[in-house]
Amino acid sequence: MAEPQRARPKPTPETQHFWDGAKAGELRLQRCDACAHVYFPPRPFCPSCASRKVSIFKASGKGFLYSYVINHRPAAPGFTPPYAIAVVELAEGPRMMSNIIDCPQTPEALELDMKLEVAFEALDDKITLPVFRPAKG
Amino acid sequence: MRKNQVAVVGAAETTELGVIPNVSQLQLHADAALNAIADAGLKLSDIDGFATAVETPQQVCHYLGIRPTWVDGTSVGGCSFMLHVRHAAAAIEAGLCKTVLITHAESGKSMIGKAPRSTAPDSLNGQFEAPFGVYGPPSMFPIPVLRFMKTYGITHEQLASVAVVQREWAAKNPRAMMKDPITVADVLNSRMIAYPFRLLQCCLVTDGGGALILTSADRAKDFPRKPVYIMGTGESVETPMVSQMETFNSSRAFKTAGPLAFKEAGIAHKDVDHLMIYDAFAHLPLFGLGDLGFMPHEETGQFIADGNTRPGGKLPLNTNGGGLSYMHSGMYGMYALQESVRQMRGIAPAQVAGAKISVCHGVGGMFAASGTIVFTNER
Repeated sequence: MAEPQRARPKPTPETQHFWDGAKAGELRLQRCDACAHVYFPPRPFCPSCASRKVSIFKASGKGFLYSYVINHRPAAPGFTPPYAIAVVELAEGPRMMSNIIDCPQTPEALELDMKLEVAFEALDDKITLPVFRPAKG
Repeated sequence: MRKNQVAVVGAAETTELGVIPNVSQLQLHADAALNAIADAGLKLSDIDGFATAVETPQQVCHYLGIRPTWVDGTSVGGCSFMLHVRHAAAAIEAGLCKTVLITHAESGKSMIGKAPRSTAPDSLNGQFEAPFGVYGPPSMFPIPVLRFMKTYGITHEQLASVAVVQREWAAKNPRAMMKDPITVADVLNSRMIAYPFRLLQCCLVTDGGGALILTSADRAKDFPRKPVYIMGTGESVETPMVSQMETFNSSRAFKTAGPLAFKEAGIAHKDVDHLMIYDAFAHLPLFGLGDLGFMPHEETGQFIADGNTRPGGKLPLNTNGGGLSYMHSGMYGMYALQESVRQMRGIAPAQVAGAKISVCHGVGGMFAASGTIVFTNER
């Protein structure tokens, strides 16, 4: 039997730009042209003011560790426990779930508010996930 | 909604709770419903309104042989039944139906006749949470905890004390799944599930069900049981994605539903004799105490660690033992409601002497949804 696979996201028309961006090595967010609100997850209107005039832009990829758990059991298919499931607050404001790489998956190493920067992990030729690592310097 | 216009006149859980491998989920609905009908002294044909969650109203109504003129299939997770109570009270007041049956059942442990939960890969959860290794509530519900602890100075020992105190209540309850006393050290030495939470800070996984019957307060006096009045109600939803909550320092849904219910009931916090806060995991009573306005969040951990919510304490909380020690089929809200009703009837195994007002606060789908019901036994 094949190794159980990590859950694969399946883009929709409204989220395709995000996944295209990740594949191209860009973390893409959306900003409202009317009220300047920056939001996530993707949608073709502003959840703050309802304007349909919104723009996609490349985010800085910088953020900090807002919260996390270190999952021991049950482990998701394709993951080896213990592994951290993190929520990152991006410099532009929105938060997103992700994983933390290049860092021990321990409470000692994973300090809340530590600075992070985006990295990209290709799952296959279609999907690349944005993950985060401790920021250099 | 006007307070005390609708009452609970029937309430019962399934005949058995715990591990029930010989009964399907649908039959657990029926078992709870039949017990509640008997409790109310009614016939199935008296029921003209029906609400349930996860299973559809048509499924359960057909199985039971009910012909309703009002149905509600609101399914927002474990607090769905708090929302059903609110909706049923409004429907009865509006004259849409006279006698509402609300059922919950879940073969959460044995998985007999229960569809497994799944997340579509093209849903927002499937795209923006599932790929990062969330796998069931233990990996999702506790995600806000570390931020909450840092913001308010809550300690691991305080969060462990939630489980200790609830086990004290469970010890008084013959139907509780876990009754042996535990210490803070036991909790902090139990198996790690998802840091910072260990096994004893996570809810049980069991089978069971429960049902409620509501009718107008004017009719309620003719029923065999002491009526329990719906004094106040509130509900809200926030987001199905735990990562997208406005803040991890509180729940927006809690902060909406709770105050609505208190306002409608016209009560202050000091009026509350008995409190249920849905405890799928050990942090929820802390969120609840803070978000419902009982005290600042900073004080919630010490309040519980100091014993204020244990038997004999000034604010009896989760007096059946809670989802941590009583039972948790997956959607615990119905069992919290059942305990509030027992307390208001004066028949709970760990009865709070003289209790007149009970607040029952639910959460659903991680922090996706919330419902709050204020009950009273005085009209």
